[in-house]
Amino acid sequence: MLPGFGLALGFSWFYLTLMILLPLAAVVLWTASLGPARILQIASDPRIFLALRLSFGLSLAAAAVNAVFGLLLAWTLTRYDFPGRRLVDAAVDLPFALPTAVAGIALAAIYAPNGWVGSIVPFKIAFTPLGIFVALVFIGLPFVVRTVQPVLSDLDQGLEEAAATLGANRATTIFKVVLPTLTPALLTGFALAFARAVGEYGSVIFIAGNIPYVSEIAPLLIIMRLEEFDYGSATAVATMMLTLSFAVLLFVNLVEAWSRKRLGHAY
Amino acid sequence: MDLKIRHVRKDYGVFPALNDVSLDIRSGELVALLGPSGSGKTTLLRAIAGLETIDDGEILFGDEDAVGWSVQERNVGFVFQHYALFRHMKVFDNIAFGLRVRDRSRRPAEADIRKKVTGLLELVQLPDLANRYPAQLSGGQRQRVALARALAIEPQLLLLDEPFGALDAQVRKDLRRWLRQIHDETGHTTVFVTHDQEEALELADRVAVLHKGKLQQVGTPDDIYDRPATPFVYSFIGDSSSLPIHVRKGEALLDQTVIPVGSVSGPDGEARLHIRPQDISLQAVGQGVQGRIALLRRNGAFRRADIEIGADRTLIEAQIPPHLEVSEGDQVGIHFERFAIYPSGSRQSI
Amino acid sequence: MPTDLAIAALSPARPKPALFTSPVTEAPITRALVIAVSLAFLAAVLLLPLLAVFTEAFRGGVAKYFESLDDPDTWSAIKLTLIVTAIAVPLNVVFGLAASWAIAKFDFRGKSIMVTLIDLPFSVSPVVSGMCYVLLFGAQGYFGKYLDSINLQIIFATPGLVLATIFVTFPFVARELIPLMQEQGSTEEEAALSLGAGGWRTFWSVTLPNVRWALLYGVLLSNARAMGEFGAVSVVSGHLRGLTNTVPLQVEILYNDYNFVAAFAVASVLASLGLVTLVIKSGLEWRFADQLSASRRR
Repeated sequence: MLPGFGLALGFSWFYLTLMILLPLAAVVLWTASLGPARILQIASDPRIFLALRLSFGLSLAAAAVNAVFGLLLAWTLTRYDFPGRRLVDAAVDLPFALPTAVAGIALAAIYAPNGWVGSIVPFKIAFTPLGIFVALVFIGLPFVVRTVQPVLSDLDQGLEEAAATLGANRATTIFKVVLPTLTPALLTGFALAFARAVGEYGSVIFIAGNIPYVSEIAPLLIIMRLEEFDYGSATAVATMMLTLSFAVLLFVNLVEAWSRKRLGHAY
Repeated sequence: MDLKIRHVRKDYGVFPALNDVSLDIRSGELVALLGPSGSGKTTLLRAIAGLETIDDGEILFGDEDAVGWSVQERNVGFVFQHYALFRHMKVFDNIAFGLRVRDRSRRPAEADIRKKVTGLLELVQLPDLANRYPAQLSGGQRQRVALARALAIEPQLLLLDEPFGALDAQVRKDLRRWLRQIHDETGHTTVFVTHDQEEALELADRVAVLHKGKLQQVGTPDDIYDRPATPFVYSFIGDSSSLPIHVRKGEALLDQTVIPVGSVSGPDGEARLHIRPQDISLQAVGQGVQGRIALLRRNGAFRRADIEIGADRTLIEAQIPPHLEVSEGDQVGIHFERFAIYPSGSRQSI
Repeated sequence: MPTDLAIAALSPARPKPALFTSPVTEAPITRALVIAVSLAFLAAVLLLPLLAVFTEAFRGGVAKYFESLDDPDTWSAIKLTLIVTAIAVPLNVVFGLAASWAIAKFDFRGKSIMVTLIDLPFSVSPVVSGMCYVLLFGAQGYFGKYLDSINLQIIFATPGLVLATIFVTFPFVARELIPLMQEQGSTEEEAALSLGAGGWRTFWSVTLPNVRWALLYGVLLSNARAMGEFGAVSVVSGHLRGLTNTVPLQVEILYNDYNFVAAFAVASVLASLGLVTLVIKSGLEWRFADQLSASRRR
């Protein structure tokens, strides 16, 4: 038996309780003191309702786009060799490494009407919901790539060869054999990208324009309510965010568990 | 369908994976490709299927050169070593896959597919498992599904890569007999790869032995075992010992003493004599080649003796009857009943 | 030429076998298209912002760049960020080591709960993380009145920034160490103890060397996040210039003041920090893959 169990476990629980459980308990207590009726009442305030709808709608859309391009990127990185592949592979983690505020002002500069992209497209991107969407795509991409990539590189090449010997052409092989096998990983990546997008603040806030009822995201409303010392409304928005996220993630997890069960393999 | 492999060559870098391999397989035959790992046997199988390109040579399906054909065009049933079953499809859909992916013009009606798959499930003795997923099957069951899936496309050729490699010993033996039965029932020209000589000798009509990308010998199991064509085949199949000798004018010499085995063929010079334990008999001291029993041990119904012979005290293994009264340290005379002599510097030596 | 003819006769011209595409890859054209599309997407979404940071920062030239960095508020923001990081990261390292020791080497009730709780901060929005502390220690929070009575300020002060930073960087070290230490098992430690080494000695000379690269990896990620965190600290900071602004908050203030060159100059410092982190991280993944937790191996 190794020594130090009591000390290590005791300190771990103490620190965990102090730093994580206590703060989260505050949210739970505050939510409980509001009660569901009051929370729904606050959430049905048009401004808050629209912010929540915007956050969730755009997060789902961005996660969907990331699922498509993340898959394509993971495919490129695992299946093809080209000069600079390792560099590209490392670059995928840029959104993890770049502080969100830095990404935020950079995106705002690029997509503003006088920016590199903003000046060549005929419509407005920055300071509209489209700008928020762009920022959410930016921060969500690595989640999909990094969950699909290892599964794709561990995929048994025999599966694709078997499909070919059975007469399937390449497209059929990819759509009927490879992609269904990747589904659980793709769903996990989608869920992670979505969850991150819903709570994202720093990279969105500069490009969003933050126009009430139009381009105001839910996390911004939390900050605004806190600054007005309206802790109740802030907590209500946070609770709604958590509840809705939980519902979406539960759904994704169910689909994922279902496809995992069929595959009979834990990835 | 006949399969003819003509002067096939495949290079991996500087090292030839297949070196001028030629092999004719008759319609309906069951042939084993046998060799140690790295011998090129799997490469040859994959080249036949079109999963691997070749650098030179011809692969004839019947009378047509199939080298330029894609995998899909070759219409071969391939059973992968780890089965490569599609995990997201039920057993039924796995077997039906090859029929469902056909062009509309060649695709059977769904009812016909159903009939065909049901028939195949019966053939492989898994009629009740159509709705299972591969993850819910045992290794032996997966094997059978993989075979049924390969047979569904009515292949011109059935190719199996280490078909029993991933199974445990008992299941392996059962499936081996069963595969032979299926082959005899369906009559497909079948080629399978194995590194297990017992499997090859028991199952195949003919065995092709490969070593370092070269075909060593093709023949019936009896040919391979009793009349090995090269020193490699001699030592790879069954137990054997080898003894350095000298050949001079049709006589075999050990340390300048003539081995009393009659005249031998082959060029003068250094050579090696290969012999199996059961082809050695013991005689009285003074008769035959002189040796000393270094070690005796029980081996099933017989005993095995390691006998030191010659000035170099080379050890050769002999099988001796259990009742023979000898013990370790005894001097004995040895008679070589059957053996083979291969010149030492020959390209085929190992 | 006779020689050429002789060679030609030796190797009769056989038509090269017609090429078919390998069954497990795509046609060259498809392949090129997929590479082009995915790389173009990567460049547009990820690389363009990085490029923009440096372009905007140097818009007024090199001299202007350094001039705009040299601002007392910026310097105090850098100082504050370093202080916050220097407190938060070591605390999380100590926790990460203790938790991974307990989880990887022992069995106890509530282990899986602990593992789940450790990852929890990753799934909480940074803004909500900050909000937690406001609810606890803010003016209207649970302990607000009490803190006021003893004249201790947590929110809108350094302690709040430290707490919020600890929260958002909490899992980084532990989640690198736990899987690796579980994989390594306890046999080496048991061997050391059987040879007479004490508990601490065993930890320092057996356990720690075995996980050093994973620890460095975790510290690297915590550090980058601690210095770059925006949402959580934004809630608890109060944005007092020169007092409670960390570097990312300083970027926001400069940007909102339309002082774009300065904002991007400071941002470029943070971006460089991110790039250095990325380089070292990739280096660790390539060089010490076998000594990192399995999910980091490439």
